[in-house]
Amino acid sequence: MSSRRTTRSRQSSSSRITDEQINDLVSKLQALLPEAGIRSNNSMPAARVLQDTCNHIRSLHQEVDDLSERLSELLATTDTTSAQAAIIRSLLM
Amino acid sequence: MSAFHFLRALSQINKTTPKSSLLLRSRRIRHAAYASMAYTAGRSRLWSRALLRRLQRRSRLRYFSSQRTRAVIAPRRLKAVRPRSGEPSRAEALRRLVPGGAGMDYCSLLDETAHYIQCLSSQVQLMQKVVGSISS
Repeated sequence: MSSRRTTRSRQSSSSRITDEQINDLVSKLQALLPEAGIRSNNSMPAARVLQDTCNHIRSLHQEVDDLSERLSELLATTDTTSAQAAIIRSLLM
Repeated sequence: MSAFHFLRALSQINKTTPKSSLLLRSRRIRHAAYASMAYTAGRSRLWSRALLRRLQRRSRLRYFSSQRTRAVIAPRRLKAVRPRSGEPSRAEALRRLVPGGAGMDYCSLLDETAHYIQCLSSQVQLMQKVVGSISS
């Protein structure tokens, strides 16, 4: 028990700097969340930010899946030249 | 930059995949999406290196077995993600979602996650634009 306490006090000076870094990184993640503008600028607890971040990543993965399927359908039904023209258009815009 | 890679891959996929194989084309498009994302991020990021490794493994396997064409961008055989002390419990879940997350320290995990989300969002926006262009 006492050894754990001394380890913690030894680490506290170095971990104080790291805690600040971690808080900065967590708030950076919070700013990336889709509801960042809707919520108040108060910082959410880290656990909440991580939870929302996980949900956000999962929904982005799902969107990539859905868009891949949609693209696959579209490429099957559109003829090549008009599809290519549309693709180049989207690249230039 | 990622637009160029992705669109080139799309054009290639469109040429080489028969019109009827919707599922195969969809999987190849998804593979191209993650590949162009990781390639654009380059080797400067832990998540992009891990993702490139994972994709290269998958595409090698595809040549040998048609059973493995089930898109496994989300890997099935993961390096075990164990709970680490001093982290919120959700960090575990995050490690599984971010490529290469299992091997990162907590600080790097948070940093890599932010970049990964930004790149994912850009990729989604690009794909939405392409869909919008083709379907109009």
